[in-house]
Amino acid sequence: MANKSNAAAVTSPAKMASRARGVSARQKLLAFSSLVLLIIVFSILSPNFFQPYNLIAIMLATAVNGVLAVGVTFVIITGGIDLSVGTMMTFTAVMAAQTVAVWNLPVIVGVLVALLVGTICGLASGVMVAKFRIPPFIATLGMNMLTKGLSLIIANSKPIYFTNAPSFSKISMGTMFPFLENFQIPNAVIILFVLAILASFVLNNTILGRYTFAIGSNEEAVRLSGINTDRWKIAVYGVNGLICGIAGILIASRLNSAQPGLGQGYELDAIAAAVIGGTSLSGGEGTILGTIIGAFIMSTLTNGLRILSVPQEWQIVTTGIIIIFAVYMDMLRKRR
Amino acid sequence: MAEPIIVVRNLSKAFPGVQALRDVQFDLYPGEVHTLVGENGAGKSTLMKILSGVYQRDSGEILINGKPAEINNPRAAQRLGISIIHQELNLMNHLSAAQNIFIGREPRRSGGFLLDEKAINAKAKELFDMLHVDLDPRVKVGELTIAKQQMVEIVKALSFNARVLIMDEPTSPLNDTEVEELFDIIRHLRSQGVGIIYISHRMDELFRISDRITVLRDGQYMGTHRASETDLDQIISLMVGRKIDETARRVPKGKPGEVLLEVRNLNRGRLVKDVGFTVRKGEILGFAGLMGAGRTEVARAVFGADPVDSGEIYIRGRKVVIHHPRDAAKHGIGYLSEDRKRYGLAVGMPLVDNICMTDLPTFMNALGVLRPKKMQEASSEQVEALSIKTPSLLQKVKFLSGGNQQKVVVAKWLVKNCDVLFFDEPTRGIDVGAKQEIYQLLNELASLGKAVVMISSELPEILRMSDRVVVMCEGRITGELDGATATEEAVMKLATQRETMVKTA
Repeated sequence: MANKSNAAAVTSPAKMASRARGVSARQKLLAFSSLVLLIIVFSILSPNFFQPYNLIAIMLATAVNGVLAVGVTFVIITGGIDLSVGTMMTFTAVMAAQTVAVWNLPVIVGVLVALLVGTICGLASGVMVAKFRIPPFIATLGMNMLTKGLSLIIANSKPIYFTNAPSFSKISMGTMFPFLENFQIPNAVIILFVLAILASFVLNNTILGRYTFAIGSNEEAVRLSGINTDRWKIAVYGVNGLICGIAGILIASRLNSAQPGLGQGYELDAIAAAVIGGTSLSGGEGTILGTIIGAFIMSTLTNGLRILSVPQEWQIVTTGIIIIFAVYMDMLRKRR
Repeated sequence: MAEPIIVVRNLSKAFPGVQALRDVQFDLYPGEVHTLVGENGAGKSTLMKILSGVYQRDSGEILINGKPAEINNPRAAQRLGISIIHQELNLMNHLSAAQNIFIGREPRRSGGFLLDEKAINAKAKELFDMLHVDLDPRVKVGELTIAKQQMVEIVKALSFNARVLIMDEPTSPLNDTEVEELFDIIRHLRSQGVGIIYISHRMDELFRISDRITVLRDGQYMGTHRASETDLDQIISLMVGRKIDETARRVPKGKPGEVLLEVRNLNRGRLVKDVGFTVRKGEILGFAGLMGAGRTEVARAVFGADPVDSGEIYIRGRKVVIHHPRDAAKHGIGYLSEDRKRYGLAVGMPLVDNICMTDLPTFMNALGVLRPKKMQEASSEQVEALSIKTPSLLQKVKFLSGGNQQKVVVAKWLVKNCDVLFFDEPTRGIDVGAKQEIYQLLNELASLGKAVVMISSELPEILRMSDRVVVMCEGRITGELDGATATEEAVMKLATQRETMVKTA
């Protein structure tokens, strides 16, 4: 160990820094160029791929997973994990539907309820992790089952339809740019991009972002610097919950209903997107841009394989291989 | 003399089952280095943690600048001007040097909502310049050497306008040049009126840097001495309650036997250049040199842990090929790495599992089921042979003392009938009493007919333990000395004999 670090001392700090920057830039470039490569390959293989309607379909398919992935990226950067984002999303959707469709309250109230419920669930996970010292894996696995069960109970195991509020579906499926005739980007996609930009800004320019990275890098050091790490960890899980609420609104609006049985499995897609995008499961590293690219890689792959009529079973296999490959690349990078 | 910054009177602290500190006295004046020594568990860390606000005292008094003070948390300590540099550096590797220094008090802009990255880097640069530290504030800390990381920690500590700096074993991960740089900074700080509380296990440093020395033993205050008015023997006897002859040389029992291991023309890039040596049965061969001289690399190459460019290895005169640690183990070569916890032991598992771990197939029946009885027999044999102090074979290794943990690692290799044992810095980070145990162990192994290779950066230890001393510098062996007549000066001369110097000479 000591000998190694001594050998490294020969290189100047500036040189090492540029090497470090080179490595992380290369990783981002790798994810991005994989996405470009996928798009090129599918465009060559099928004339139907690179068409406005299909590109919009890919983006729409990315929206919900992308939003969840942005949230879970925060948690993963702290060195934690959240296995409940999918079912939390469903729970917030059910609560929104309950508010709007059953209690007949205005759509905006439903939206606020979803955001509030998501935030509360997230904060609860955060308290379990930070205060009760329950490992994140277990705490959020519990939250996964808890929210799944509650969704089924509240919705009586049946979908709730927004029959009385047609405007609800506009949240996802309407467009802010109706004038782009052939390229009507749905609001869900716009919301994803706005959220991503906002999240990226928060991660890089605010105290919350700085402590998110710091806690993931060395929590004890942060604590000894006189920072209340518990509070910030709870906040990060809370932010993730809030973002799950956004995803809940998007999916409910897109399906024009709340499907209480939905959600399980979404958490793994979200985690996969973050990891493909270079977020390290051991904490301290990650970018929102990477995560968004990761989410797009997954949906592009699924979409492209479907267009090429690859059976759905094989689509899943391919996604699995991509994830393993992405994590392996991450490991190679760390081992250097 | 000026007023003391810190006065500690009759401080006591108990943890469930242990009285960690009992009526301890301590004081610190501005512009002095006050060293705190004691064996592991003597209470040094507890005292430091109380002063830095990590623990609360049970009773006693702490005066800061003559006024009674309550240090309820690390923040309160910082406000009182007390900063601590922990033994294990507390940095965030993924953050830049500047971000590390200002964590928790980042300069803000836009009404306190956003971080001001420009200001943070400029402020850090200012601090670096003040201490003559050559560092780019934007470099990620994980990319720095341990020594530079430590500088970041020190700068961070001082950025709180600290008037008291507590340093817990700062030199243990540093090489000699780095230690000198650190001492320069300590002296600089001392001249600025900063009071420094220094904790170290390295006895040779004690008298080089300390103004006063306070000894703790089993949580009790054993006295404070001016460094100029005491000597190593007195300090050690206060620490352990008995006099240990640190300088007595090993007396080899009988003549060393046949050559067990011979290495010829070993090369590995720039790290190992044309290295050749032999070790005999019943002999301790010391590998001396500065850190980075290539000693660990030689051991790892012989052990098959790293690929070599060229070289021949002979066991008992027969040429062998070693590509993998598995091959080395098959030929009876064991390597005990410096970092026991990380590489050598599964600390959460019982003694017996650890001892038998490397050789599990021999403890299985035909169906592949482990035979606990056989494992326990083999283990208890080793426990007896090495006199490992443990309440039972099922004791988890993490509850054993450092010396006994080291023995467990040795036992692992003995179970496999290893005859050649490489010890890489076997006493690093171990207190004086445990060091004695390890020395005894090495002697016992030699008298059992094992060939022992000991890599050590501590010269007194090398001279004390070795029958022969091989000295390395920059990947080459620069000389071999007889253990009985070698002097520190002779070893140092060889250890600093760089290739360019040889050529011009």
